[in-house]
Amino acid sequence: MPMTMNRVSVPVTVNAEKCIADKGCTVCVESCPLDLLAIDMAKGTAYMKYDECWYCLPCEKDCPTEAIRVDIPYLLR
Amino acid sequence: MSDMIAEVDVLVIGGGTAGPMAAVKAKEKSPALKVMLLEKANVKRSGAISMGMDGLNNAVIPGHATPEQYVKEITVANDGIVNQKTVMAYAQESFNMINQLDRWGVKFEKDETGDYAVKKVHHIGTYVLPMPEGHHMKKVLYRQLKKARVEITNRYMATRLLLDRNGAIAGAMVLDTREGTFGVIRAKSVVLCTGAAGRLGLPSSGYLFGTYENPTNAGDGYALAYHAGAELSGIECYQINPLIKDYNGPSCAYVTGPFGGYTANAKGERFIECDYWSGQMMMEFYKELEGGNGPVFLKMDHLAEETISTIENILHTNERPSRGRFHEGRHLNYRHGMVEMHISEIGLCSGHSASGVWVDEHAATTVPGLYAAGDLACVPHNYMLGAFVYGQFAGESAADYALSHELPAVDVAQVEPERKRVLGPLSNAEGLPPNQVEYKLRRFVNDYLQPPKVTRKMEIGLDRFAEIGADLPYMSATNPHELMRAMEVHFIRDCAEMAARASLYRTESRWGLYHYRVEHPEKDDANWFCHVQLKKNDVGEMSCFKRPIDPYIVPLDEEEKDAYNRLRIVKQAATA
Repeated sequence: MPMTMNRVSVPVTVNAEKCIADKGCTVCVESCPLDLLAIDMAKGTAYMKYDECWYCLPCEKDCPTEAIRVDIPYLLR
Repeated sequence: MSDMIAEVDVLVIGGGTAGPMAAVKAKEKSPALKVMLLEKANVKRSGAISMGMDGLNNAVIPGHATPEQYVKEITVANDGIVNQKTVMAYAQESFNMINQLDRWGVKFEKDETGDYAVKKVHHIGTYVLPMPEGHHMKKVLYRQLKKARVEITNRYMATRLLLDRNGAIAGAMVLDTREGTFGVIRAKSVVLCTGAAGRLGLPSSGYLFGTYENPTNAGDGYALAYHAGAELSGIECYQINPLIKDYNGPSCAYVTGPFGGYTANAKGERFIECDYWSGQMMMEFYKELEGGNGPVFLKMDHLAEETISTIENILHTNERPSRGRFHEGRHLNYRHGMVEMHISEIGLCSGHSASGVWVDEHAATTVPGLYAAGDLACVPHNYMLGAFVYGQFAGESAADYALSHELPAVDVAQVEPERKRVLGPLSNAEGLPPNQVEYKLRRFVNDYLQPPKVTRKMEIGLDRFAEIGADLPYMSATNPHELMRAMEVHFIRDCAEMAARASLYRTESRWGLYHYRVEHPEKDDANWFCHVQLKKNDVGEMSCFKRPIDPYIVPLDEEEKDAYNRLRIVKQAATA
């Protein structure tokens, strides 16, 4: 079956300066009820891997360095 | 067997609200039991209350309400179709549960003398207890789980229940959602606490995950119970809620009501007497929305500054705290404008309406060894406190059952086909992406099932759901996460078919908008004063049948019966 990739903007922004995933932190990855976040091993930061956000905020609230900002997804904004 | 990952006494599936309570209570009942809490996410932040809750909607507190009064209120609000024994069992334990949560550290609003500060929102009685600091609810539950030494297994999803040769519970088959591996958990008893079927209808924004319910609640437990042969009930009594348009969070008339906020039409006028969510209230909401006075708004702009900042403080820190950001983006300030509201997508949820897995007053389903609690267990309008109370019942019942039963043998004939079904999408490199299948399925749910319900449309819907059923084995998953979504699409499809079949079966209208059938617009008590049950019959087909309503233990008088049918405000003729 032929396939293509669609680009989408995702609502979770991670501040690379503040994120401490390179030190082994995975708090946001663990707190997401939908399991949407992942760690980019090359960059050493967390990022939003899947566009399935409920904008519920545990990732932002639980982040120990306040590195995460959750916006309302563009379709709803 | 290589699939075996655990053997436990009690397996609780779902670690949101009812689940942690069930697990803790099973351990308290018998600390030697091995109790496992299985959760698709992480119990620290899972379920409908991942960010807490701003209040109790159904607190039955001496001095403010009696259990008898509450049973009457819910009987009337649910248009007579209730097993009053289950509602009474909740009502009698409601106050004990509040006190226990208070001891555990949940902060309820109290007055200057230390009494609970209960507010009136319902049509008849007084049951709303605010929790302005309710955002810590999951932390409170987590502490109790640790204290009770419950074994927590995060990021696992149950895909089917296992039965023994007599049709009693033998465990569950599960998917490790991080590794993409299949496994079997043997258990003497199982408690289902997987929440609502909240990813059924498609929000009008078209955004798959912009649902009212936490979208991880895909109706897992409805499908698990159905395939295990359990009876479900009231599926035709959909959940439809009045929400903030586009944001799809509750507009929270419960929070704002006691402060003077209310639901209004475009002219800023009240049109319903009572903001408590019921099918009858939703019907008036729908009429106003579609009529010349629409759309509908939540009005607060007449309130004092101090009151509005208090409301903002509650609404923007609890349950759905991103709502402040949403309003900011739309340049809306409660002080200067009204909040535009809309109707939610349809879902199944007994916490809000009455659609769920049939349970008795001990949280037992019709399958031996299987218990259910929370949004998926059919105890009408049970909300969060009902989830806690029935979580307790389910945990205690499941512990008792485990104490008197041996661990059943595993039937390989059930395991092998399930392993193939679950892992299939990983080997379909060229198959359909689960998100496309889900989008199409849920769009059809909107097109064919959303009230007003039309017979021919629902029949066409069933044809479309069957076609999608034939597509399911051809889904592909490129990683474990996508595989989890693929399995959820199976659950959603099952729920869509259940919603259509139960709705077609009940040939009358009831519960206002929840079951408004255009060809049968009137309530027909002579033929339909009964529960509609749904289950898999002996030949594996989805079938519906009537179940009589047990005689009421709290009788209603004629005046009360009709209370929720008179919600629309009748304008008095102007006097000269």
